[in-house]
Amino acid sequence: MAILLNRSTRVIVQGFTGKIGSFHAEDMKRYGTKLVGGVTPGKGGQTHLGLPVFNTVKGAVRETRAEASIVFVPPPFAADSIMEAADAGIKLCVCITDGIPSQDMMQVKRYMRRYRFEDRMRLIGPNCAGVITPGQALMGIMPGNIYLPGRIGIVGRSGTLGYEAASQMKALGTGVSTSVGIGGDPINGSSFKDILRLFEQDDETDAVVMIGEIGGPQEAEAAIWARDNMRKPLIAYIAGLSAPKGRRMGHAGAIISAFGESAQEKVEILKEAGVIIVPTPSSFGEVVADTLARMKKAA
Amino acid sequence: MDIHEYQAKELLARHGVHVPRGGLAYSPEQATYRAREIGGGKWVLKAQVHSGARGKAGGIKLCANDEEISSAAEAMLGRKLVTQQTGPRGKLISRLYLEEAVDIAQELYVGFVLDRKEERVMIVASAAGGMEIEDIVEKAPDSILRTSVDPGVGMQRFQAREIAFGLGLDHDLIGKATETIFSCYQVFRDYDASMLEINPLVVTRDGNLIALDAKMSFDENALFRRPEISELRDKSQEDPRETFASDRGLSYVGLEGNIGCIINGAGLAMATMDMIKIAGGEPANFLDIGGGASPERVAKSFRAVLGDKNVETILVNIFAGINRCDWVAEGVIKAIREVGVTVPLVVRLSGTRAEEGRRILADSGEAVIVADTLAEAAEKAVAAWRSAAKKKAA
Repeated sequence: MAILLNRSTRVIVQGFTGKIGSFHAEDMKRYGTKLVGGVTPGKGGQTHLGLPVFNTVKGAVRETRAEASIVFVPPPFAADSIMEAADAGIKLCVCITDGIPSQDMMQVKRYMRRYRFEDRMRLIGPNCAGVITPGQALMGIMPGNIYLPGRIGIVGRSGTLGYEAASQMKALGTGVSTSVGIGGDPINGSSFKDILRLFEQDDETDAVVMIGEIGGPQEAEAAIWARDNMRKPLIAYIAGLSAPKGRRMGHAGAIISAFGESAQEKVEILKEAGVIIVPTPSSFGEVVADTLARMKKAA
Repeated sequence: MDIHEYQAKELLARHGVHVPRGGLAYSPEQATYRAREIGGGKWVLKAQVHSGARGKAGGIKLCANDEEISSAAEAMLGRKLVTQQTGPRGKLISRLYLEEAVDIAQELYVGFVLDRKEERVMIVASAAGGMEIEDIVEKAPDSILRTSVDPGVGMQRFQAREIAFGLGLDHDLIGKATETIFSCYQVFRDYDASMLEINPLVVTRDGNLIALDAKMSFDENALFRRPEISELRDKSQEDPRETFASDRGLSYVGLEGNIGCIINGAGLAMATMDMIKIAGGEPANFLDIGGGASPERVAKSFRAVLGDKNVETILVNIFAGINRCDWVAEGVIKAIREVGVTVPLVVRLSGTRAEEGRRILADSGEAVIVADTLAEAAEKAVAAWRSAAKKKAA
């Protein structure tokens, strides 16, 4: 399977009966995702979009054998919902919610560590576009039609910039194995490094595109990890060349507050680690195509 | 969200941190009145603006009598203080804080931040207080003490005690320092702060430990549960363009260029600004209209962008996932007709209902420059801005 998600992954929706949850649940179902139910506390026993509603995640897991959950719960309650999923034995949780307090996320991360590594849930997000394995399943809010099924992995913080990259690749006939949005918050469930590790091990991925931005240490950490551990080509773009220091550019995490957090500094670190740089946000398609052509020649 | 020094001190004092006696003043008369209230013979008048490095910029004055207080207050009030941190526009001084002067024996640094690598609250301390933390890192790196808090159980007293001993304080100050550091952590945690800096934390000649300055910022995502912090917001310290936008639920950051940007998604917004720069222009702003943008919301975005008089061209770049390009196009037409757009306008629509959106723009008969790709959009925007600037000059 690409990574994280395929057509047989059994998925539930937390915040199922709300407006946003319903809208995206229908969209995911239409794309081919194996949606098996949803959770809205107090509405257990009802049927919504032809699927069963449960009061608790544990109840949903027991009845539907769900392995994955997507969270559309509003920010004040989202951290609680993520921890509920972790405790119910969910293996993959994608949290779309934007606006979760940082201290709540610190607690979530701490809470998840109470489980043994092999039983631990993998969290993607929050404040992300989700995960898509083109042609198979969608756990997120991205428009499915801009992705061509293929063998390039995408991992990025931003949703719409990820769409831009995928559609440029599609225009040149390059397809995607899985695209993962890790989200724009300062504290998130999975880092760039975590996702690169999965792509490196995946037989259906040949190269990876990483879409980073200003703020935080994750792009630099990923670059060092890739230099030492990755055999597949890593291609990267960093957004925010024109962002001033100390100003938050939309994403809660997109702020230059320490050395090494500006776009220029990150690009330097990536270059030194041997990462292929996408120089402008309009050249994702070409750089990926060039890289693939060179790989073919070498092979 | 930032708050003023006096607000941070009030918050800390309520939780047991010692601060100098002081009072707020909005006029020179009030400042001299505060001096009598506080008592003593020496005071420090401090401009209340959301910035550090106020001393070097003339925002902090030591005064010995009413005349000095009065004239310092007159010189500060209503002025814009330009510090190393404010940018060239500076920040308006409309509040002053008068404090008793303190006899300093030693200056320390104590800071609390959210450490993104550890994903924990990190406490940073140094015996080399009084200068900016960046300078401490550079000039006295060995003086820096660090410890992080386990979010499961919170800070423990031994951690505060270790820092107190690590700072090399006299034994009779260890208890006071431990309590101060511990109280600061509680304030940080209980009010969802994102940054708390006491610089300097001073040891006085009579053996007290006092927070001489205090800077705090708060996690905006947590303000829903901290109404007492939301109330401390001072809009006079914000860029008025940003206040206008944030009051309308838009995410906007004002910059110094001439090409106004209306984009969906923070990452695409940053990338589009980069593209403008690569094409030879300068963006006037960052603006993310978010998901599910209605025509009304798009029109509001135009108002926010055009509120900046430096804007000479507008670039709209939408890659719609949950957005709809037809709604965006309707919003663009609405803005042209209702808000009045007299500068060149470049629009790029991609994703959900892009065809319908483009048709709406074409059928409207309005002067909209349409672009298909990100590169083309940036190039057309810069070209339009150049020719508009030429026309203006001629």
